[in-house]
Order: sequence, then structure tokens, then C-alpha cells
Amino acid sequence: MEIILSLAIGVLVAAGVWLVLRPRTFQVLIGLSLLSYATNLFIFSVGSLSVDREPIVQPGLPADLLNYTDPLPQSLVLTAIVIGFATTALFLVVLLALRGLADSDHVDGQEERP
Amino acid sequence: MNAFHPFAAHLLVAPILLPLLTAGVMIAMGDRQRWIKSLLNLISAGGSLALALLLLARVATAPTPEAFAVYLPGNWPVPFGISLVLDRLSALMLVLAAAAALAALLFSLARWHRASVHFHPLLQLQLMGLNGAFLTADLFNLFVFFEVLLAASYGLLLHGGGTSRVRAGLHYIAINLLASLLFLIGVAVLYGVTGTLNMADVARKLAQVPLGDRGLLHAGAALLGVAFLAKAALWPLNFWLPSAYAAASAPSAAMFSVLTKVGVYAILRLWTLCFPATAGDSALYGGGALLWGGLLTAGFGAIGMLSSQQLGRLAGYSVITTSGTLLAAMSLDLPDVTGAALLYLASSTLGAAALFLLVELVERGRALEVDPPSADDREDRLPSFDKPAPADANLDDQQVALVGRAIPASVAFLGVGFLLCMVVLAGLPPLSGFVGKVAMIDALLRARGAAPNDFPAEAWTLFALLIASGLLAAVAFTRAFIAHFWALQDRAAPRLRVIEGLPVALLLAACVSLAVYGDRALTYLRGASAQLHEPDLYVRAVLGSQPVPPPAKGGDR
Repeated sequence: MEIILSLAIGVLVAAGVWLVLRPRTFQVLIGLSLLSYATNLFIFSVGSLSVDREPIVQPGLPADLLNYTDPLPQSLVLTAIVIGFATTALFLVVLLALRGLADSDHVDGQEERP
Repeated sequence: MNAFHPFAAHLLVAPILLPLLTAGVMIAMGDRQRWIKSLLNLISAGGSLALALLLLARVATAPTPEAFAVYLPGNWPVPFGISLVLDRLSALMLVLAAAAALAALLFSLARWHRASVHFHPLLQLQLMGLNGAFLTADLFNLFVFFEVLLAASYGLLLHGGGTSRVRAGLHYIAINLLASLLFLIGVAVLYGVTGTLNMADVARKLAQVPLGDRGLLHAGAALLGVAFLAKAALWPLNFWLPSAYAAASAPSAAMFSVLTKVGVYAILRLWTLCFPATAGDSALYGGGALLWGGLLTAGFGAIGMLSSQQLGRLAGYSVITTSGTLLAAMSLDLPDVTGAALLYLASSTLGAAALFLLVELVERGRALEVDPPSADDREDRLPSFDKPAPADANLDDQQVALVGRAIPASVAFLGVGFLLCMVVLAGLPPLSGFVGKVAMIDALLRARGAAPNDFPAEAWTLFALLIASGLLAAVAFTRAFIAHFWALQDRAAPRLRVIEGLPVALLLAACVSLAVYGDRALTYLRGASAQLHEPDLYVRAVLGSQPVPPPAKGGDR
């Protein structure tokens, strides 16, 4: 599971970085989204990966990471998703505004001169 | 450990709640009653400034070791809940943020606040994000307040519209989204290593991190640092800054002069707390990178100032120079140098805010405005300042005929204001920038006198750079002054309004009083720096604070 998760994060980051460095605004937007997915998965993974464990303490079991999963990274991810979603949506609006104003989807609003 | 009376302790959360409440009310009001909103915003911004000054006065009079006020908003026990901490540094930053907000608001009342619908709430939300970032003692909460202030700054940067603003805004948002992701990764790594998000708790647990996890810890701190340094405009992470700040409308740019200081603040707070000289393996981690990065940034900014033709870009590069100087001075870990650097921080923030406001007035005189504000649909077209206004025009929402009252000495005002800005930002005598620079140089020399063998060679570079960057800045400003005030004789005097001159005059008056009362300011700021360099005080104050016990049952009160 660790290997699958780290592979997923790695692929997302690689694709995201490549896209963010592209000159088209839409590619940058998708790149930023992929990077934020990777970040969210990463935050999730610092709270120790586990299957079938709840973040709710039950009587009779000692409250440590052997029996439970850490709830804090999950709540952090939730907050990060919400904030990332909102700012990405804002970026999308600005992207469309630039497309309309400059009539080009280049990040600088005009094509590079050869 | 709490310097405040129990009731007054609630004042600590007020700098966050007051702007939030005001912004909420103003959003609910819609976009009709613009003059009510202006009045409300003025009262609220004035209230924020008064509140910040009150908190500053309280922290200043408390005896140094105990001058920490801790507030637990959720009343949870300490490492689990969020806590707000006020010390001398955060009180100073609160005052600076509120002063810049009030100045930006006053300036915008002349015309900018009509350029799009939500200027007033955005300004208040910006202030709320800044205040929260300065007060919070929790890493993730710091991230949330960073996002609040960034989201508001996106809106403020785009305020007024136009292609150049939208293009600069796109770059600015993309850079800050990336920086936020790095921030998140850094926070997550620090949480993975230490198992806590409370800054004081992180600082305490760092000593117990096993050797195998040190690399991970340093990687997390470095990622966090990159996020802050992108905000603080460290070279090479600052390429977006001059064009973004030059494109922003004048009041927004004045507000942004505080934004780069947030990055400097966060670095100063976390690095003095987590990596002091006593931290064993992690002592002064990243100090060299900060020092050389800061020196390069200051040099880059100074050269950029020389190369810029537009006043807005000149102001942007001067912000970069200041940031670099501050980061380099703080990375030396000499308490007196840091204290003096804080005075330089205060004076350059106020000076830069005044300069950004002046830039627009000066460019208006040359009829070279880039993207003047466009009217939104609900209003008539905005007045053009090129044509004389009719005698009976009343463009002010408060029914005072301000338009016809052109100040005859407007050019004199602009010239004197520009010169004072130059004196403050280049660090020439006799104003506050000079006091800050001299105090830094003096502290460097005294540190060398105290320990000649221990004195880092890099400090000489800082010494030389403090003087050289001042010289380059003076050359750049003088050239701009000649080009804008002396070269063109045959044009009409720009039309100024009192409400536009007032904030500039107030900001410059604050710089003058920082110089006049320089000894008091320095005493206060040396105290602030002494607090920062004894992280144990902070850790004990935060971890020692207790939640308020629930009221006794039975209702016999």
C-alpha cells in the first residue's frame, strides 16, 4: 500500500510539474489541480496508512496508532481540499478573463516572439 | 504568565473578529449604500488601528519576560486547540497592518472604491487575514490565515480590472497556489515528525526528534521556508512582484506593502522559535541560505531600482530590497541587529505604502495612468481627471464638495512627499530609515567589539550592502524625481483631493515620529528581539496557559 500510494503521489507530482511549466493557461490550471491532489494524498499519508481502523476511541483498546488511525491529517486534508478548490476556481475565473481580454490562452496574454 | 486581566484577554481575538464582522455586514449590504459602507469601513479600520495601538501599549508596559498574552479561542487545553499569542513582534505587525489598511481606505475614498463592487469587504478581509497570521500560534491555522489574506489579495490585485492587472493577477495567483502547496507539504512533514501543530509544542519536541528523522525534519522546514520566502520576495522567487505591484491599483498596492512582511514575520517567528543557537543538531538551520539569499535579494532589488523607468516598478523593487536586507540582518542571529532591523521593517513598510499611494498621484499629473479605474455598471462613468470638473459637481458620497477644491500647492505636496519617501526608503538622514540602518550598523560593530574572533565574515558583506543599497536607491529615486518633477515644466498642476493627500501625509508623519521617538521605538523593538531570541519564554507561556474553567454549576452567581 505504501508503494502504491507513493507511486501515485510521484506520478501526480511529475505530471503536475510538467503541466505547470507549460505555456497554456489551461495546462497550468490542470497542473495545479494535479499537484494539489498529490499534496492531499501526501498529507493523508503522514498520519500512518492503515486499513480498517477508525479514528474513534473504543473502550478496551489502548488509544495508540496500532489500534486507531490518526484523525488529524484527515481533517487537515478536508480543509486543504476546500481551500484548494476555492482558489483553483478563482484561478479559472482569472484564466477566462485573460482569455477574453487578451484573446490568447498564453500565460503572458501574447504568444512568444520567435 | 498572562499579562492581561481576564476580561481584557478577550481583546486578543478582537483584531480578527472586528474585520470579519465588518466584512460580513458589508457583504450582506450589497452594493447599493456605498457611503454607509465607506463610513462603516472607516470606523472599523480606525477601530482596528486603535485596538492594535492599545495592545501594543499593553505589551510595551508589561515587564519583558512576562509580556506574552495567550488566548485560547476554543478553550481547549493547549497543544490540542488553536491558540493566539500576542508578543511585542506581533503587536508591532498588527499596528503596521492596521495603519496600511486605514491609509489605503482613506485614499480609495476619492474614487478607487467605486471601481468595483466588493472593495470594502475585500480590504477588511485582507486585514483579518493579516491580523490572524500575526496572532496565531498554530501552524495549520497559520496556513488558513495565509489563504484568507491571499484570497483577499487576489481580489484586491484585480480591483479595477484591465488587461495588465488580469495578466499580473494570473501569475500572482499561480505562484501563490504553488507556494501554498509547498506550505501544506512542509506542515504535513513537520506534523509527521513531531506529531503536533502548535508552534510552541513543535519547538519543544524538536529536541527529542531522533537522529534518523532529522533529515526529514529539515526537509519539512526547508519546504515551509520556501513557501514563506516566496511571499517575502527572496530572489529568485520574486520575479512576479514588480509587475504585480505595479499593476495593482494604488490602495491595493499600499496594502500589499505589508504582505511581503508577512513572509519575513513567519520566517522570523518560526526560525527563532525552532532553530535557535541552542537547538543542538538543528542550531540555526538554514541561516547561511537566508543570509546569502537576503544579500542577493537586496542587491537584485537595488539594481532593479536603477533599471526601472516606471515609478510603480521602482516602488516594487524597493520593497524587494527591504525584504532582502531584513532577511539577511535577521539571519545573523544577533539580538540587537534583529531589533534594529525591526525598526527598519516598520519604517520601510510605512514608507513603501506612502510611496505606492504617491505613485498614482504623480502619474496622474503626467496623464500616464495605466488602466485608470473603470466605472461599474451601476454608477455613471467616473470623472476624468484630465477635464476640469463643472463648478457644481459633487462627486463625493458624503455631500462635501471636494472636487473644485484643488490644492494649489499640489505639485509642492507631491514633490515634498516623494522626497520624504525617498529619504525613508533609501535610509538617508534624518528620517526613520536612517535610524534603522544606523542602529543595524551600530549593532554589527558592537557585536564585533564583543567577540572579534566569533564575528562572521558575511556580516561585513551585510555592512557594505546596507550602505551600497542605500546609495543605489538614492540614485534611482533622484533620477525618478528629476524625470517626474523637473523635466516637464509646461503642464498643468495635477488635481489632488484632500482625502488623497491625507493618508500619504499621515504615513509620512508616522515615519517622522518613528525617527523623533527613535530611542523609545528601539528600546521596544530590542525588547521584542530579546523575546524572540529566548524561545523558552514563548514555549513556557503558551504551554503553561490553562483553559478557562467552566462556570460553577448551580447558578448561585
